[in-house]
Amino acid sequence: MADASSGEHEPELPPHLELQRTRVVCAPDAPSYTESVQYSGAYMAYGVDNSLRIEDFCKNLRVEIISMNEEDIEFDIVGIDAAIANAFRRILIAEVPTMAIEKVYIANNTSVIQDEVLAHRLGLLPIKADPRLFDYKSEEENANEKNTIVFKIDVVCTRKGERVLNSSVTSDQMKWLPEGSEMPFNTMTKFTSFGSSQKNLPGLPAEGISCQYPDIIVAKLRPGQAIELEGHAIKGSGNIHAKWSPVATARYRMLPEVNLMEDIQGKLAEELVQKCPTGVFDIEDVGTVKKAIVARPRNCTLCRECVRGTDWDKRVQLTRVKDHFIFTIESTGALRPEVLFTEAIKILNEKCHRIITELS
Amino acid sequence: MGVSKADEVDDGDNIVSSHKEGLEAPVKTAVDKFQLLPSFLKVRGLVKQHIDSFNYFINCEIKKIIHAQGNEKVTSDVDANFYLKYLDIFVGEPCVEQDYIYEPITPQQCRLRDMTYSAPISVDVEYTRGKEVVVRKGKDGKQEGSINIGRMPIMLRSSRCILAGKNEAQLAKVGECPLDPGGYFVVKGTEKVILIQEQLSKNRIIITTDSSGSVAASVTSSTHERKSKTNMVVKHERIYLRHNTFGDDIPIVVVMRAMGMESDQEIVQMVGRDPKYAGILNPSLQECAALKIYTSHQALEYLGSKVRSRNMFTKQKRTKVDEARDILATVVLAHVPVHQFDFRAKCIYLAVIIRKMLEAMLNREAVDDMDYVGNKRLELAGQLLSLLFEDLFKRMNAELKKSMDATLSKANRSTQFDIIKLIRPDTLTNGLEHAISSGNWAVKRFKMDRKGVTQVVSRLSFIAALGHMTRISSQFEKTRKVSGPRALQPSQWGMLCPCDTPEGEACGLVKNLSLMTHVTTDEEEAPLIELCTTLGVEDLSLLSGEELHSPKTYLVFFNGTILGVHRRPNRFAEVLRKLRRAGKIGEFVSVHVNPKHRNIQIASDGGRVCRPLVIADKGVSRVKEHHMKELKDGFRTFDDFLREGLVEYLDVNEENNSLIALYEGDATPDTTHIEIEPFTILGVCAGLIPYPHHNQSPRNTYQCAMGKQAMGNIAYNQLQRMDTLLYLLVYPQRPLLSTKSIELVGYDKLGAGQNATVAVMSYSGYDIEDAIVMNKSSLDRGFGRCIVIKKSVVPMKKYANRTADRIMAPELQSSAKGGVQVVARQQLQDHDGIAAVGEMIRPGDIYVNKQSPIDTRNNVNNPMALPDSAYKRTPQTYKGAAGETAVVDKVLLTSNDENHFVVKCLIRQTRRPEVGDKFSSRHGQKGVCGTIVQQEDFPFSERGICPDLIMNPHGFPSRMTVGKMIELLGGKAGLHNGKFHYGSAFGEPSGHADKVSTISATLVKHGFSYSGKDFIYSGITGSPLQAYIFMGPIYYQKLKHMVLDKMHARARGPRVVLTRQPTEGRSREGGLRLGEMERDCLIAYGASMMILERLMISSDQFQIQVCTKCGMIGYYHHKLKICLCSTCKSGDNIATMKLPYACKLLFQELQSMNIVPRLTLAEA
Ligand code: SF4
Repeated sequence: MADASSGEHEPELPPHLELQRTRVVCAPDAPSYTESVQYSGAYMAYGVDNSLRIEDFCKNLRVEIISMNEEDIEFDIVGIDAAIANAFRRILIAEVPTMAIEKVYIANNTSVIQDEVLAHRLGLLPIKADPRLFDYKSEEENANEKNTIVFKIDVVCTRKGERVLNSSVTSDQMKWLPEGSEMPFNTMTKFTSFGSSQKNLPGLPAEGISCQYPDIIVAKLRPGQAIELEGHAIKGSGNIHAKWSPVATARYRMLPEVNLMEDIQGKLAEELVQKCPTGVFDIEDVGTVKKAIVARPRNCTLCRECVRGTDWDKRVQLTRVKDHFIFTIESTGALRPEVLFTEAIKILNEKCHRIITELS
Repeated sequence: MGVSKADEVDDGDNIVSSHKEGLEAPVKTAVDKFQLLPSFLKVRGLVKQHIDSFNYFINCEIKKIIHAQGNEKVTSDVDANFYLKYLDIFVGEPCVEQDYIYEPITPQQCRLRDMTYSAPISVDVEYTRGKEVVVRKGKDGKQEGSINIGRMPIMLRSSRCILAGKNEAQLAKVGECPLDPGGYFVVKGTEKVILIQEQLSKNRIIITTDSSGSVAASVTSSTHERKSKTNMVVKHERIYLRHNTFGDDIPIVVVMRAMGMESDQEIVQMVGRDPKYAGILNPSLQECAALKIYTSHQALEYLGSKVRSRNMFTKQKRTKVDEARDILATVVLAHVPVHQFDFRAKCIYLAVIIRKMLEAMLNREAVDDMDYVGNKRLELAGQLLSLLFEDLFKRMNAELKKSMDATLSKANRSTQFDIIKLIRPDTLTNGLEHAISSGNWAVKRFKMDRKGVTQVVSRLSFIAALGHMTRISSQFEKTRKVSGPRALQPSQWGMLCPCDTPEGEACGLVKNLSLMTHVTTDEEEAPLIELCTTLGVEDLSLLSGEELHSPKTYLVFFNGTILGVHRRPNRFAEVLRKLRRAGKIGEFVSVHVNPKHRNIQIASDGGRVCRPLVIADKGVSRVKEHHMKELKDGFRTFDDFLREGLVEYLDVNEENNSLIALYEGDATPDTTHIEIEPFTILGVCAGLIPYPHHNQSPRNTYQCAMGKQAMGNIAYNQLQRMDTLLYLLVYPQRPLLSTKSIELVGYDKLGAGQNATVAVMSYSGYDIEDAIVMNKSSLDRGFGRCIVIKKSVVPMKKYANRTADRIMAPELQSSAKGGVQVVARQQLQDHDGIAAVGEMIRPGDIYVNKQSPIDTRNNVNNPMALPDSAYKRTPQTYKGAAGETAVVDKVLLTSNDENHFVVKCLIRQTRRPEVGDKFSSRHGQKGVCGTIVQQEDFPFSERGICPDLIMNPHGFPSRMTVGKMIELLGGKAGLHNGKFHYGSAFGEPSGHADKVSTISATLVKHGFSYSGKDFIYSGITGSPLQAYIFMGPIYYQKLKHMVLDKMHARARGPRVVLTRQPTEGRSREGGLRLGEMERDCLIAYGASMMILERLMISSDQFQIQVCTKCGMIGYYHHKLKICLCSTCKSGDNIATMKLPYACKLLFQELQSMNIVPRLTLAEA
């Protein structure tokens, strides 16, 4: 890490301390040196400054997207502390808002599934609506086009000859009501008071709002049974209820590093390649001898197979790089994963600002 | 395979040929006999013992009862020509009578309508009417008699039940769950099971030692007519007979004399001439001589003088001698038949008892083990019902006779007497129904008065109900601190589950049947006895006493009675067994050669436990690969295996003659049988545990108890049922780590738990004492969510004056906005005044708007047109804890068989787990939820897996539940393999349990550590944890104990009217008691003011006026505003003091008993 830019002879840490500072050592029995060293004067005795400088940080920070699609993203963040990476993870799980059905008005439910359970299931359906277009709704507030999305399900199961129609209610049978609630049926005052149709909402995709996946089974019906209900989705965040969590999960892992402590040749090399289930090692022919090399350290899942058995822990050392995070976000679909991450950054940013203003 | 005849002939050859095969053929891999199990359960069902027993009763026993002597004919004391004779009896199909029309009913209808699932009992009779003999028979070919004499509750799935033989779709049609095992009754709408009762064998000689350590023998005789217990004891080295018809102990030789053994030599010969026996018998012989009893008559006179006088008013006076002879013939050892006072058989029986006692005196090891399962008999529903039925039948006949005599004795009758009109079916109907619904089994004839014979089937979970059917209750008192009957008996191997027993007082006394156990029913004795004679048993009457115990012969016992002797016992036993295997005699007949006692015991009586085993010839299994293949392809059933002599049932006694190999590979040439599957030694409840053989044994016992409290699915028809209390899991799962038993009993279809990802680590400090930490997001997503449904029944009563309760439409009132609205608390009602389904219901809401007539006694002219003023409101209000909301789940309007209208309401609550709810894994590891933590704070693995719950590792070392760890490993491997792994008990050798090594290999293949420990990041700091964490799925059960039902606190609240102290108990919103021990603490601490405050001021403080002069309690006169003493009639010496109201009450109660408590005040 230490760069030669600030002086000719920057004092350096002895290798074992450098290892402890920058790596998690995953010994066969337990990982050690898992915490990052925070104190700026931790290595004062060696004349090494451990403080974090914003210039260094800016210079060292690196983000690299490995793979990305509609739902998942995998990217590397290098140069941050575990606490920061974890903050992103926590915010993604619990604080980035989405829309989810919170209130269900059941007009009819003659299926076997109980009303509460049905409501619970509806709540967990991922809704494809950009939460940024909506406001939070407080208890006192009336439902309006800015804070509520209304869906209805009206399904009757019938028998048609041999076939049974609508034997299962799937999420695509949940219809979006851009004009607001239709309930209660027999009065003029409805549960929502929409000022205008949600269709005209700026930023809304042309196909409107629906469930992210069309094939989620909500309930099963038999001929003669029917479900008629309205679900009102509002904005919320995952720390209130998991249904508002925008991610299936967000996680990271530290970059694996596999070090061969000695040359591993011949039989042993083949054994090592055999041992690893994820193909981390390869064999290189150096002249006549076969030599094991670490080919794909990223694949390592830390199964510790390569350090199992006598003396193998002396030959192979498994470590993790403390400031290199392989971050994975699996979105539930409301927002693209990369958008989620930027949202998370915004929230963290906001929180920091709040603290700064509180402090000053 | 050909017909059985061919088999039988070939039998002998088979042994040879297969033996040859065994020697020459290379050792093949053992045949997988597992498939026998499902096919066994398919033909026999899980509760076959109950059903078989009931079927036997309905089809055979009941006919024997009506044909038994004394039951068959009803005669009149008045008219000697008159008689009524029962020709035949039938139990019909379950039906209900409605407006004189019989309609078939289903059990589900009975459950819902509070009726009894019963069928009419009808008889064919022959009787005299006037001068003619009338025969009345039911229609030919129909299982129906002509006259109805009562109704018999029908066991579900028995041969008479409408469910018998129905397939899944047909069962669904009648609203029944196909997985429900049956074996219980539905009486007045409640499901009742008759518990299996364990007893000592009847009609067997049992040698024990009494409290002083001397040898005693006891025989409990039981015949249809009589039950008696005969004891023989040793006192001062002499043997006595003890029987409760005799006031004293009778010297045994006197008894023998009385039975006609007049010479001592004969007695000694019969017992055994061996000097070692004769020596000990000597004192007994001498005593008889001392009594100067030499002849049979003298002995009978002696006995007559000892007979306890029984009050016999009716019988004509008999001489003492006759009486004594009669007792000897019919009461003492009643099961040994005596014809025309020929006592020889009984003498021999007595001699055999004496010989056994002498043997036991010489050699203490000859004492029988009372706890040995072979000495036990299980009494099942059929036997118990037959006892009851016979008693009731006799009572009915007695009543019939009484009313008949009354009618016949009337001088001139207008109409011709027809006895049929006098038959009252109520005796049987009510007697049976009442016994089953109350569980009180009282049969006066046998002095039987048992309580708690039946129990309500526990429908807490599917397993609870199933476990209930296999339960065996013992006759021992629970309080006795004896270890013998409670201990695990080696002989119960394979018959009774070694794990499943409750903890605490009933420990070891309540047992459960194993998976493949069968309980026998009675079998016809006469043909078997005949067969024995044909096979060379020498009849008793042909033998002298000397020959009885000759060293060349073995005694042959048949169901406890002595048949004779046989010279080639082993050959005899072998032939009998061959006949049994060929199906010539009943499959449950057991033959046991006992070389130690030199006897052969043949048993065909009911109540023996037995189990199927594969027969092996010289160690080679008869079941071959091709048999199993045929079974798999459906060409063969379990019964074919039995019929072809590949498999047979062994009872506990006969097991002692066999050498049973656990696995085919372990068989030696001496092996006679091979176990079908080792895990069948466990019962239904223990079968759910994965890898139970890796657990410490009490843990399995705990799980057996806890599996019954786990919430889950109860039955396929669970939502159609109206149970008083129903706990359901919203998302029940099938365990990832299954066992073969689970699949056999159907637990995989009606699971009671969820596969939770568990991390074994300490977290947050809220996990001490087995508490678990739960992930809030998991709970949000439905983990552990459950539904509690409570039933409330509103009976609509009809009163004697023809008035009845009624339900009114909800009341209306004018609303504030104008117009009308339903009054508060009734808004959930429909127009009919009954709560609407799907409405929320809060405490205090009225769910049935019922009204009752005020006057229910005096006659009313027109009950239908009573004015509103004649009714008072008796609304049904919902009582639940404040703040709880529930939903009306279902409302049932129906009427029971007495035509009473009933409204049943189910009220449902959906609960998510909260702190304090109880959870448990399948290894007896229970714990409450200690805290609920946000998902982001939970640790996560590199793959993003976040556990559902965290369990503290301290739960492992002291519990030693290694099985749980293997379950975790196996489950984890299963997840990544995409298949269910198995952990059947003792299943590793046979492949029914995955080995840890293979599981580990799978884990490694999928990139996990072989140990199941993962690299985990802390959710709070974000850095890795300094340990690898053992993490994976474990099947967790939610137990019925929930905080919501138990939580209780009170600041102030209701008080008891009488004592003015706070009420007790949660249901009455009672106070929390500061008990004696707590009080002692306060006394020791010296906190006197605290005691005063807790025990008086905050409880029932009361102010009284005391007269210091007379010490009596006075009063305060409110008008005159002075205190007065009513004894002294003055207000001069009154002092005011405070004391507990209960204390004042005590004084007044004492006064009412003429005791004057005077208060002497120290300062006033
Ligand atoms: S820990 Fe496992 S995955 Fe990683 S290199 Fe070693 S063997 Fe391969």
